[in-house]
Amino acid sequence: MNTSTHPQTEITADPSLPTLTIVREFDATPDKVFRAHIDPELVVQWLGPHGTTMKVDTWDARTGGSYRYVAEHEGQEYGFYGAFHEVRPNDRIVQTFTFEGVPDGVSLDTVTFEELPGGRTRLTGLSVVDSMEARDAMVASGMETGVVQGYESLDDLLAADS
Amino acid sequence: MATDPLSSIFSALADPTRRDIVARLAVADATVNEIAQPYDVTVQAVSKHLKVLEQSGLVSRTRDAQRRPCHLEADVFDLMTKWIERYRREAEERYQRLDAVLANLDADTNQTNSRNHQTGAAS
Repeated sequence: MNTSTHPQTEITADPSLPTLTIVREFDATPDKVFRAHIDPELVVQWLGPHGTTMKVDTWDARTGGSYRYVAEHEGQEYGFYGAFHEVRPNDRIVQTFTFEGVPDGVSLDTVTFEELPGGRTRLTGLSVVDSMEARDAMVASGMETGVVQGYESLDDLLAADS
Repeated sequence: MATDPLSSIFSALADPTRRDIVARLAVADATVNEIAQPYDVTVQAVSKHLKVLEQSGLVSRTRDAQRRPCHLEADVFDLMTKWIERYRREAEERYQRLDAVLANLDADTNQTNSRNHQTGAAS
């Protein structure tokens, strides 16, 4: 794969605000990247966490619409849902996002698609949650594997220190 | 009070003063008095913050005579950085799948144009 045409994902966790920013460029025009975010047949092909099968339960990608999907992994199902606050074609999507395993947690996600020369697109995602702790937990949650691995390596570190 | 190690690190770092203390200890070990100096708070208040940091495993205190300097456990702190890197890698994997979806879109744009979704409700 030609890495120069696939700039790597950049993540910024603000040190004083409970936000996460993600930036990534795509070798496709904004209308296509936008479509891959709202057409459920396309969304299931990429959005679900790695190693899971994504099944769409509800999907109404319009301003004021809502969604729910389930990511299945080794017989376990993880549900995610939210509302599409604004769907502005080829330009911007604002939605809420809740992992049903953490029902009190909600993230406000804004994704913008910026046209770049050469038919390319820069995607910028901003997620806002209600506390630094929630933001850090979001970073640490790579769903089941991430959290378990995190605990295990932390256990090892703490055991080695004492 | 959080009970599991992961949560206690998150709680410890959720406070801006404690994040500041961690940033200072990343440069060099320091005593409670040295840490308290730039803040408009008592040594007792800083001691409380340090206790939380110690309980989380982020900070340790050596028995160096009377000084008892505080030391940042870099390995534990690095774990936070590693978590961000893992989060980033997962996002990158997801977007590489999106790259593939977009490449296929180019290939069959003509066939799928007819079933474009109606989007963009009036505002």
